Amino acid sequence: MFQIVRKEILNPSIKLMEIEAPYVARKAEPGQFIILRVDEDGERIPLTIADFDRDKGTVTIIFQEVGKTTKLLGSLNEGESILDFVGPLGKPSHLDGVKSAAVIGGGLGTAIAYPQAKKLHSLGARVDSVIGFRNKDLIILEEEMSKVSNRLFVTTDDGSNGTKGFVTDILKRLLEEGNRYDVVIAIGPLVMMKAVSNLTREYGIKTIVSMNPVMIDGTGMCGGCRVTVGGNVKFACVDGPDFDGHQVDFDEAMRRQLMYRNEEKISLEEHECRLRGEKYA
Amino acid sequence: MPNMSLKKVPMPEQNPEARTRNFLEVALGYTGEMAKEEAQRCLNCKHKPCMQGCPVNVNIPGFIEAVAAGDFEKAYHIIKNTNSLPAICGRVCPQETQCEKFCVRGIKGESVGIGRLERFVADWYMSNREQKKGSIARNGRKVAVVGSGPAGLTCAGDLAKMGYEVTIFEAFHTPGGVLMYGIPEFRLPKALVQKEIDYLKQLGVEIKTNMVIGKVLSLNDLMNEGYEAIFIGTGAGLPNFMGIPGENLNGVYSANEFLTRVNLMKAYKFPETDTPVKVGRNVAVVGGGNVAMDAARCAKRLGAENVYIIYRRSEAEMPARLEEVHHAKEEGIIFKLLSNPVRIIGTDDGWVKGIECIEMELGEPDSSGRRRPVPKAGTEHVIDVETVIIAIGQSPNPLISSTTPDLKTNKWGCIVIDENTCATSKEGVFAGGDAVTGAATVILAMGAGKKAAVAIDNYLKAKPNKIKAAE
Repeated sequence: MFQIVRKEILNPSIKLMEIEAPYVARKAEPGQFIILRVDEDGERIPLTIADFDRDKGTVTIIFQEVGKTTKLLGSLNEGESILDFVGPLGKPSHLDGVKSAAVIGGGLGTAIAYPQAKKLHSLGARVDSVIGFRNKDLIILEEEMSKVSNRLFVTTDDGSNGTKGFVTDILKRLLEEGNRYDVVIAIGPLVMMKAVSNLTREYGIKTIVSMNPVMIDGTGMCGGCRVTVGGNVKFACVDGPDFDGHQVDFDEAMRRQLMYRNEEKISLEEHECRLRGEKYA
Repeated sequence: MPNMSLKKVPMPEQNPEARTRNFLEVALGYTGEMAKEEAQRCLNCKHKPCMQGCPVNVNIPGFIEAVAAGDFEKAYHIIKNTNSLPAICGRVCPQETQCEKFCVRGIKGESVGIGRLERFVADWYMSNREQKKGSIARNGRKVAVVGSGPAGLTCAGDLAKMGYEVTIFEAFHTPGGVLMYGIPEFRLPKALVQKEIDYLKQLGVEIKTNMVIGKVLSLNDLMNEGYEAIFIGTGAGLPNFMGIPGENLNGVYSANEFLTRVNLMKAYKFPETDTPVKVGRNVAVVGGGNVAMDAARCAKRLGAENVYIIYRRSEAEMPARLEEVHHAKEEGIIFKLLSNPVRIIGTDDGWVKGIECIEMELGEPDSSGRRRPVPKAGTEHVIDVETVIIAIGQSPNPLISSTTPDLKTNKWGCIVIDENTCATSKEGVFAGGDAVTGAATVILAMGAGKKAAVAIDNYLKAKPNKIKAAE
């Protein structure tokens, strides 16, 4: 069992949990992920590691409540435990030698972009960060990101924080102004990572994206996380989750992401019925 | 006077119609009377030909003689002497290519039902006696076992009985490896595997789940934690795909993923359990091994109307156990033999709608000795399916070898060992099972685990005991 030592509500649907997992904390690196299972009948879901503390032996995860498992997880409180927590899985991000970077986070993706920005900053790189949300109530990690960025740009789809537009609008402006980066790291919804990759391709700037497909074991055993990269089939769990954004077949990844849409709906409805004490029909 | 019937005492089974709607075990097992009757078919040959077919050297005529005499407890101890998982072997061993292949009764008629008798004895003991562990003197020396499939469980059990402090590291949340995630409930009930695992715990074996060795701890980390020897039994977990167009369409699974969803994650109970699985009205399973049969029969139980096995050679070359093929046919699985997929066809929004196959004919024998299948030009045809399951084999998982530079592997990714000592290229590290051989059988992995346990014992006896030296 893995105890929740800290819980924070970052916005109405995004929560942070610091989990006691000393073995995972000892080896975790930015870019890697964990797989957890809340309870005995639960599914295994991958979540990227948002932070870790080797001394305290804790790993931080940040998740959005979208389906049954994330809602169930979000209902747990400090002091309660998660049944299974395994990691660190996947390859760490290669950040050594980077002198300048643009780190782009879209929505929940900001939580995964944060450790990357933090690591780059600690390595002495110049970091421009761009984070985007649907509206100002959904903004997360603004303070944390600003501490590890030379410049931080926060944008909202509806302009409610005073800046209107997508992360790509800001990045485009930065590039047009002549800013250049060794690497652009884009983490967020597939459609956002695709848009960023299309933009940076024009400028020939290396772009790393973090893929988060459906997976079960996270050790290369099931192959459910297949991603086509440069025409070759890769397993996101062991070959990734970071890939070259200019090589990823995003359209295929978006189709694959919808594979269990109906089942996800059924699972959530069943869960909500149970919470109301009704029988699921 | 032996029972001279040419046929085995038939095995009671759930009828095919009923069983394709449940996940309960298909074969129901002999009664005591049936077992005695079958045991009396054994001629108790002096030269014991059956034993040469058994990878773990079970004294077959010895235990069968005890069954014939009605002394099931004695029979159990004879088996258990060399086979630590008889209830499992009795169910999943390919007896027809092992012990039963050499049975004298098989020359004219059917061989003695050795597997059925082994299963009976193990089941009888489990329901009538408590597994006793006796008292074992601990020697205080720590051994790590990586992987809790048949190789790891066997190795751990044998080492624990020798007095070692054994810890098993398992990547999944449940121990058992392929016995839990791969082989379906209707062929190997999970409660039975759990009993064997509980027995190991009684022996003092510690099992740490959620530990992906190679990631959370390296082999060197384990040694630094005081493990004096390590056994790697991580199996062949990496699914092979065909490399044909359409394999990433929605509705295409590796058999590993499909079976793991169904068996380990219990997707057949969805939405009571949270993990779903997609099964169309028409399902194609590509491959001719036991894994293919398991996947096809699961798909049928999950409601598919038409389930096709697509295999590029003929039935004679099929690697699956005869019994599995027989059961699959009884359950209405459709065999498309001498047929090979060339592409998977999708709808505009990326879902499987068909699989295009080409007919094959058998040519000259290839390096495996089996006749090489050759495509027949112009015979391409499409089978309408919504789900495709690829069951063409697995390779060893590279997680450990890729993070252990001094661990030698061959070109297929299999860990290289010394045949006699099971030792790898890394000091103190031993390996066995599918991680060494590539995908094979439960019993071969158990044989390897057993051999490695002896090898590790020899290695540690020859090595100065750090703990004793420190005292």
